[in-house]
Amino acid sequence: MTLAFSASLAARGFDVTLDVARGETVAILGPNGAGKSTALEIIAGLLRPDSGHAEWDGTALFRLDGGPRGAWLPPHRRGVSLLAQDALLFPHLSALDNVAFGPRSAGVGTDAARATARTWLAEVEASDLAAVRPGRLSGGQAQRVAIARALAADPNLLLLDEPLAALDAAVAPTIRRMLRRVLEGRTAIVVTHEVLDALTLADRVVVMNRGVVVETGQTREVLERPRHPFTAELAGLNLVLGTRTAGGMAADWGELVAPAASIVRGAAVAAAIRPSAIEVSLEPLPGRDNSVPVTVIDLEPRGDSIRVRADSLSADVSPGRAAALDLAPGDRVFFGFDGEDVSLYGSERPSTLR
Amino acid sequence: MVAVAAVGALFVLLPLAAMATRVDWANFLALVTSESSVAALLLSLRTSVAATALCVVLGVPMALVLARTTFWGQRLVRTLVLLPLVLPPVIGGIALLAAFGRQGLLGHTLELLGIRIAFSTTAVVLAQTFVALPFLVLSLEGALRVAGTRYEAVAATLGARPTTVLRRITLPLVLPALLSGAVLSFARALGEFGATLTFAGSLQGVTRTLPLEIYLQRETDPNAAVALSLVLLVVSVAVVALTLRTVPGPAGAP
Amino acid sequence: MGRRLHTVVAVAVAAALVLGGSACTAPAVTGTSTNTSPPLSGSITVFAAASLTGTFTELAKRFEAKHPGTTVNLSFAGSSELVTQLTAGAPADVFASADARNMARLTAAGLVDGEPVDFATNTLEIVVPPANPASIATLADLARPGVKTVICQAKVPCGSATVAVEKAAGVTITPVSEELSVTDVLGKVTSGEADAGLVYVTDVKGAGARVKGIPFSESGTAVNTYPIAALTASARPAVSAAFVRFVVGAIGRSVLAAAGFGAP
Repeated sequence: MTLAFSASLAARGFDVTLDVARGETVAILGPNGAGKSTALEIIAGLLRPDSGHAEWDGTALFRLDGGPRGAWLPPHRRGVSLLAQDALLFPHLSALDNVAFGPRSAGVGTDAARATARTWLAEVEASDLAAVRPGRLSGGQAQRVAIARALAADPNLLLLDEPLAALDAAVAPTIRRMLRRVLEGRTAIVVTHEVLDALTLADRVVVMNRGVVVETGQTREVLERPRHPFTAELAGLNLVLGTRTAGGMAADWGELVAPAASIVRGAAVAAAIRPSAIEVSLEPLPGRDNSVPVTVIDLEPRGDSIRVRADSLSADVSPGRAAALDLAPGDRVFFGFDGEDVSLYGSERPSTLR
Repeated sequence: MVAVAAVGALFVLLPLAAMATRVDWANFLALVTSESSVAALLLSLRTSVAATALCVVLGVPMALVLARTTFWGQRLVRTLVLLPLVLPPVIGGIALLAAFGRQGLLGHTLELLGIRIAFSTTAVVLAQTFVALPFLVLSLEGALRVAGTRYEAVAATLGARPTTVLRRITLPLVLPALLSGAVLSFARALGEFGATLTFAGSLQGVTRTLPLEIYLQRETDPNAAVALSLVLLVVSVAVVALTLRTVPGPAGAP
Repeated sequence: MGRRLHTVVAVAVAAALVLGGSACTAPAVTGTSTNTSPPLSGSITVFAAASLTGTFTELAKRFEAKHPGTTVNLSFAGSSELVTQLTAGAPADVFASADARNMARLTAAGLVDGEPVDFATNTLEIVVPPANPASIATLADLARPGVKTVICQAKVPCGSATVAVEKAAGVTITPVSEELSVTDVLGKVTSGEADAGLVYVTDVKGAGARVKGIPFSESGTAVNTYPIAALTASARPAVSAAFVRFVVGAIGRSVLAAAGFGAP
């Protein structure tokens, strides 16, 4: 492990242990207030934890364990660049000089630093913006320049705090692709609440909630086979926990028919079901493998579909279908889906994936 | 509300306009170019520039410490630093005497070092700095707080050491506030009367600044006093106008 | 807002009525009393030079005691300052100046009732801190290099007196400061900033033990004469005239002499 991090900060209920390997991009997923940004601030040296330690390749970034070998490396000596949600370009410097700031701070002469900066502006396709002041840049342009600035500092570790959150939906995909390109082979931590960011950018995800890590593993594995209700919520999946039976699994609200899987009976299992695979009906659905009676709790419009949240599961229906059903909270309806719509897996994450 | 605002504006402008009507224009040039007037004006400009420089040298670190650090008793320190703002200048003069006067706290030490402050131009600069310093500290500290620490944090993570952050990020960001604070300090120094009179004395070309000269002229030659007042007014207006022109609005505005 | 404005106006009107009422009754009282013997009454305002602060406060108290029913309000400032105020219309009944020049200005403005009367003189004296650190003994000592001497600027009354004694003694003082008032000169000496200063005898007396006075022979060449006069604008000419007589009279003489003033 290149970065070995462990810290706690009581004031924010923060207690996290985290490892990042060289060349790996790790996404920290979680809702607002989960402590994602706190993690980055502590790693960058902008925030001091109560206790803990962090090492980069055997060099202590900080060691606050109360022992005699305590250490605290100031931010500028950590080799850690931070890219925030807002580009935070220095308003008094041109785009070029913003990018040249890192090299200049490292002691490189003005001309050489600007040459480096030009290379990085080209890398993020922003060469034409070199002379422009940040006040005249659009959000997307500013973020490109900010990415170039972070990379030009030649950091060991790049921290990205919701790098796409402040951007227009039209611009975000372009910047996301660019980030995937520049993060290739780099060691980075991306904080996000977007599953798409994690899937696009990260080799591994760490899911956080309320200051602690709830789940961690390979991005696809974690997001397609969540073990924690919270991860399932983020991934937009129904998660059912129970035990393996002959025909599927036993959940606390009944038997679920699921495809055969090589999991021994009685084992703790989890099932993931996409909400869009679930059919909603006022009558039982005998034609489907599973027909679950549920009570509607909430209806939530989501673009071109409506999510019907019920006590045990959620389903996505088209607006037309929702209107035909005339659903309201409190209604008793049936959710129908087939066994092949259910992804069944052990609810204990294999330790090798940690 | 507009009417009250108009009354307020009139209240400020009317006396100034009325003063202009009292100017003896026929002899204006002769009155303001007399040897003593020119000496007072030049002395005022010289000492005010020096006082402003001293305010910047002392005030910038003070504002930085107040805005960027937290320490026990900080609120008290801030209040004390701003005290000269509300203190009658005469009291400032008496306080300065108590500290730097011959019989003052540091007077003996300074005397041993061969430094004589009383009745010197240095005393004028000290008096002016004393009353003007809070203007610089106040405006700069406010700007530092508004600017926040986010840019500084980014700069640090880009590898900039604290001195580099200060030089290349913090100070440029608050430059407009620093300039306007300096101009306010300059204007305050230019108008200083009470502390100078008490602490520095009054001698042409050495300690008699323009406000002291105006007060003296009033004794025998009210026309000269009015003419000089107009000169001071014009200089003040010019300084303020210059600031408004050269100093842009808050950071980010064009 | 409108209601508050009404209130303000009402209060102002009420105040005007009250003040107007009292102003109306007062002359009636004076009117009846002038027929018979002296009982003077009513209040007068006396503008007096700053150097008279101590003596005139004392004299006003004694005058009020002698004439129950009278009140003497005092306003002290530099003589020229007071003349400026009076010519600008400040209401006063009596003016006591520290020099003839300022009284002449007021007379020229037509504000003086009758002829001003000289009631006191004042002369300069060297003032030094009690320890006399520069060992000053004569006026010439003030011109010694290294001696920090503070004097009045030539444009203010004490300054013109200073110029006169310098000329008479053939001494040219190079002061470290030319102050705008005699009080500022005294202040620089009492605070110990200056080694010596030139102030009036009465200032030295008034400062007590905080300073030491050193008389010098040339001081007689610049005798400052204090004139007093009732003003034409006085609403109580009888009281004003009585106060002027009182100051010039025996009691006035003794109080002024005690403070160091000379007889005219």
